[in-house]
Amino acid sequence: MLLQEAVTAGAHPLSGTAASYLWLLPLLPLLGFVLNGLLSLIPAYHAGPADPQASHDDHAGAPEPMHTLDETGGGGHGDDHHEIKRHRYAGLVSIIGPGVLIAAFGLALAIFAAMRGVGEMHTPFVQRYFTWMPVGDLYIDAAFQLDQLSMIMVLIITGVGALIHLFSVGYMQDDPGYPRYFAYLNLFVFFMLVLVLGSSYPILFIGWEGVGLCSYLLIGYWFSEKANADAGKKAFIVNRIGDFGFLIAMFLLFSNIGRLDFVGVNAAASQLQFGGVVVTAICLFFFLGCAGKSAQIPLYVWLPDAMAGPTPVSALIHAATMVTAGVYLIARSNVLFSMAPAAGLTVVLVGALTAVFAASIGLKQWDIKKVLAYSTVSQLGYMFVGVGSGAYVAGMFHLMTHAFFKALLFLGSGSVIYAMHAAYHATHKHDDAQDMRNMGGLKAYMPTTWMLMWAATLAIAGVPPFSGFFSKDEILGSLYLRAGHSTLADAHWLGIPGSAIMYFAYVLGLAAAFMTAVYMTRMMIYTFHGPNRTGEVERGHLREAPWIMTGPLVVLGVLSVFGGWFNLPALIPVGKVGVLEHWLEPVVGAGALRVTGGAPVEASHGTEVVLIIVAVVIALAGIALAFARLKPATLVPAAQAPAEHGFEKVLADKYYVDELYDAGIVEPVVGVSRGLLWRGVDNGVIDRLTRLLFQSKDDDAAVGAVPMGGWASRAVGYLGSQLQSGRVGTYAWVLVVGVLFVLGAFSFK
Amino acid sequence: MLAESLFFSAVLFMIGVVGVLTRRNAIIVFMCVELMLNAVNLTFVAFAQVYGVAGQVFVFFVMTVAAAEAAVGLAIIIALFRHKQTVDLSNINILKG
Repeated sequence: MLLQEAVTAGAHPLSGTAASYLWLLPLLPLLGFVLNGLLSLIPAYHAGPADPQASHDDHAGAPEPMHTLDETGGGGHGDDHHEIKRHRYAGLVSIIGPGVLIAAFGLALAIFAAMRGVGEMHTPFVQRYFTWMPVGDLYIDAAFQLDQLSMIMVLIITGVGALIHLFSVGYMQDDPGYPRYFAYLNLFVFFMLVLVLGSSYPILFIGWEGVGLCSYLLIGYWFSEKANADAGKKAFIVNRIGDFGFLIAMFLLFSNIGRLDFVGVNAAASQLQFGGVVVTAICLFFFLGCAGKSAQIPLYVWLPDAMAGPTPVSALIHAATMVTAGVYLIARSNVLFSMAPAAGLTVVLVGALTAVFAASIGLKQWDIKKVLAYSTVSQLGYMFVGVGSGAYVAGMFHLMTHAFFKALLFLGSGSVIYAMHAAYHATHKHDDAQDMRNMGGLKAYMPTTWMLMWAATLAIAGVPPFSGFFSKDEILGSLYLRAGHSTLADAHWLGIPGSAIMYFAYVLGLAAAFMTAVYMTRMMIYTFHGPNRTGEVERGHLREAPWIMTGPLVVLGVLSVFGGWFNLPALIPVGKVGVLEHWLEPVVGAGALRVTGGAPVEASHGTEVVLIIVAVVIALAGIALAFARLKPATLVPAAQAPAEHGFEKVLADKYYVDELYDAGIVEPVVGVSRGLLWRGVDNGVIDRLTRLLFQSKDDDAAVGAVPMGGWASRAVGYLGSQLQSGRVGTYAWVLVVGVLFVLGAFSFK
Repeated sequence: MLAESLFFSAVLFMIGVVGVLTRRNAIIVFMCVELMLNAVNLTFVAFAQVYGVAGQVFVFFVMTVAAAEAAVGLAIIIALFRHKQTVDLSNINILKG
């Protein structure tokens, strides 16, 4: 960081404090990536004389990844009878991997303390390192920006990330690719920190793409199973559609404002016309990017498939951090979004529809991780309802509490899967360790996990005083209020009045809340309550996960229960009111005020009480309904389960959206490629032409089969090789001709 | 005066170029290169009459470099002859990789 300039930093109150070590924050996980990556290059284990499999494995080269966990298919069980192939540097990796995250979290806390120390901070702390792209009018600095919004994100990423890294130590330790896993995970944290610390859209985009790459790598972590590798590809390709939107938005921003850094864009945004085509298009294209990254309709399809990755990855990337990047992006661009009411309404509508749609699919899933995946999609929808309606603080608040309780739910399900898998492994049974029909009654075997999972379930269902209640209530409440009075409500969306759309979204939100309560309770009942369906022998092997896995669960449990205290509503003053709102005020305050028409929206106490009561009643009704209707005693293991019928089957098959996309997009593309481009153009035209060309010469069949493409490239290569004759005279000729050509070009100008 | 000098140096230069391109004897090619260098020197001197002495300074540089180049070039040609028993450039194509 020698090139670091103190241009803005010089005058800023944060300069000279711990915040000047901002650059170290992403560098720590990057260091972990490099070290773990180097260790992962060393083969998993050495076949020494003590190894009974030595001669057997010698010729096989590098051992193939063992499918320790998350196995869904029937194949690849050959390893079951082998000794566990732990990586020989697993101990070192267990120190480096979580260590760099804990160090980063410590640094983040120090920076946070420094920020609190300087009091109110109205301008972001920007640290410039060097000019990355000086092209014409475009100057992009490699710079980091620290403000209240990125601070919150950094704390969530490093804090929750550190807990998940610790959990991974227990969950992944016996995997032969252990160092590779931690290398990817550390790299992910690096890119995520670049994403939230970047001071301009292009830097944010680096992080945005980087986390996408790590997501791809980790979804396909057990790539030797085709389904897992396909899931990774799907995530990557679907996200490209979103990234296209992001890029277009950046191009539009540059051509209309001429700046891409957040400070410049926010200052120059007022040049744009309020509600005009330009700003609306920019926001909509940004939202396309968000829909890809944060799994909203119509691009949500990759997230449920992403569950093919290891469970801690689902917790970190596909629940707590990466998928919330879209919410962060909108909160970060609040100045732009507050100027485009139509775009805001789109975000609200898409978010609400996604929330209800995904929640309904979650009602009928049997895979415990799939339930949580659809739940994540649904909760992300809530966050978009929040930030779309201009309630940026509410959206960020839900992002935060969701990071706590959803990480807990995923890690809890991870510990359940770990126990289930260990039980099946011990008895060499090849059943699905993730299917809830094979679980049941786990309460008796894993009491800690059971208790913590209930805390998270109550939080996500929105039962007071758990954290999710406060954040969800704030989103729905502020949506309701803004539907009555805001620039969004006054605007029109495709001819429909904005307030109508927002009231509709509010109803959808309530419906989603009800379904959330139902499917979460269903998951808990089927997993932990009722009789056990794992199997007579297997039952004896079920036990609680080791402390390295339950420890992080306990911390997340505490946060899930008390996370609501970070932003208490004025109505329930059981502590300091509106901490987060006050904290984020310098970043999102201006945008939020513009949406509400210059003055903060205030609801009468009566309205607010009614809204809260409605939300709580709906949550409790959902839980009660699940308890009343679901009979875990009648459930049979997955292998003997009867087929579903009617609408239940539609839900279990996820509304056939994947099939629709397959038929509508994938099949035509593959069909055109195969039928027209391969069979038609390549085989039909090019090869036939080649045959014609060659048949006029002496050789017939053998040469005729040579494809034209290969012949052409060899011909070009032959010509190129003839240029190098080794004769000085030829070279001199070429030189003179070149000189004449250049001179000629100059004299004509 | 300037125009005539420039014309003369252009002619000299072209003789040099054609010699380099067409002759196959390495010694003659080498002499043609010297001819080209001196043609350039002539332009420098001619322009120095109009624009000041800086051009003449350049001529000294070129002459120094040309002397060094002649020494090295002739040494290479001698080494080449010892190796190949010929200085015919069409027989020398060992530059090919």
